[in-house]
Amino acid sequence: MLDKNQIAQRIAKELKDGYYVNLGIGIPTLVANYIPEGMNVILQSENGLLGMGPFPVSGKEDPDLINAGKQTITTIPGSVFFDSAMSFGMIRAGKIDLTVLGAMEVSEKGDIASWKIPGKMVKGMGGAMDLVASAKNIIVAMMHTNSNGYPKLLRKCTLPLTGINCIKKIVTDLAVLNVTEKGFQLVERAPGVSIEEIKNKTEGNLYYNGEVPEMKFN
Amino acid sequence: MNKVFNNAAEAIADITDGSTLMLGGFGLCGIPENCIAALVAKGIKNLTCISNNAGVDDFGIGLLLKQKQLKKMIASYVGENAEFEKQLLSGELDVELVPQGTLATRCMAAGYGMPAFFTPAGVGTEVAEGKETREFEGKPYLMEYAFDADFSLVKAWKGDTFGNLIYKETARNFNPLMAMAAKITIAEVEELVQPGELNPGEIHTPGIYVQRIFKGKKYEKRIEQRTVRN
Repeated sequence: MLDKNQIAQRIAKELKDGYYVNLGIGIPTLVANYIPEGMNVILQSENGLLGMGPFPVSGKEDPDLINAGKQTITTIPGSVFFDSAMSFGMIRAGKIDLTVLGAMEVSEKGDIASWKIPGKMVKGMGGAMDLVASAKNIIVAMMHTNSNGYPKLLRKCTLPLTGINCIKKIVTDLAVLNVTEKGFQLVERAPGVSIEEIKNKTEGNLYYNGEVPEMKFN
Repeated sequence: MNKVFNNAAEAIADITDGSTLMLGGFGLCGIPENCIAALVAKGIKNLTCISNNAGVDDFGIGLLLKQKQLKKMIASYVGENAEFEKQLLSGELDVELVPQGTLATRCMAAGYGMPAFFTPAGVGTEVAEGKETREFEGKPYLMEYAFDADFSLVKAWKGDTFGNLIYKETARNFNPLMAMAAKITIAEVEELVQPGELNPGEIHTPGIYVQRIFKGKKYEKRIEQRTVRN
């Protein structure tokens, strides 16, 4: 079973040189820690920044310079600021190469629910609906089951949707899965986790072709 | 032409109960602190506020919520405000949650004189309910309308007495979009300078969109998530 950092580390293997990437709040943010040395990846923060740098050193926090999670950050050489309409303009126009975000539920059709639990929690969708509606390459980073142990990979989402038919890949603490016309295709297992366990913790249709290798971390 | 006001209280003097206001900022970054304080002091009620977030419990729009000055909030993300969530779940406050890019573009459309536009954000979700859908090249889009607001309250870094504005770093966010979008735009700035002192090529908001400007005082610039390197 992977911890949150290992999920991020596995997702980082999907990065390519020259990618413009939007990382959501939570586990996705950790992906920035695993960008391979020498690879040029530009991080977008949808409040209006391309070229997000690391967190500032203590004493250098700038209240006018934050990321989409409202955390203090820094710029890098080549950073650029813009307004929120342009920020979502580049998202809507498909200029972002990879979007990584969290989810409460994903369905076998690639629907995602991530912003509301009726009667209990209403935080709002923020930029998630815009991102999932337009990104050509989206990876969901999440735990395989919720805090009650119930599957988050479902036949059909039970919570209000963020977007439909948009998720293509999921990385959880147990597995890497593609979303295809046949449902969840299991492509990699976390080290030491059996196919049986993944099956038991997945409600939607799960299938695999031949051997399912363990994830490799180098 | 005189656009310069002495302070926030004078600049917002004609905002009345029931007005629709846009407030710039993302989280607590780039919010019009002086105007919010003046609205709280004035105590006007039944306001409709359009802003990406609703502040935190004791700062930003949270201060207006605490005094129950809002009738309706139009925002994309309200997760940091417990008072907001309470008023929302109890039904006291009317809330319209709008995807962030749609919110920004509804401001932009108003400033560009366009009544509506199409976006894929929200297709197939509850955001799409009651909205016109149209397909372009096989993909469905929702029609979204430009906002119609009485006043925009924005915060800029520098401005001149003609109302030309420059924003700082990510404090830009929704500010230039909202500055374009309302019938009357009130800008508060950290530095108010004379025409000619700003480089014309570096101005973000042309003064034609700004009716009132004043130099703000005592910016707290509260940080929501102070995060540092190890």
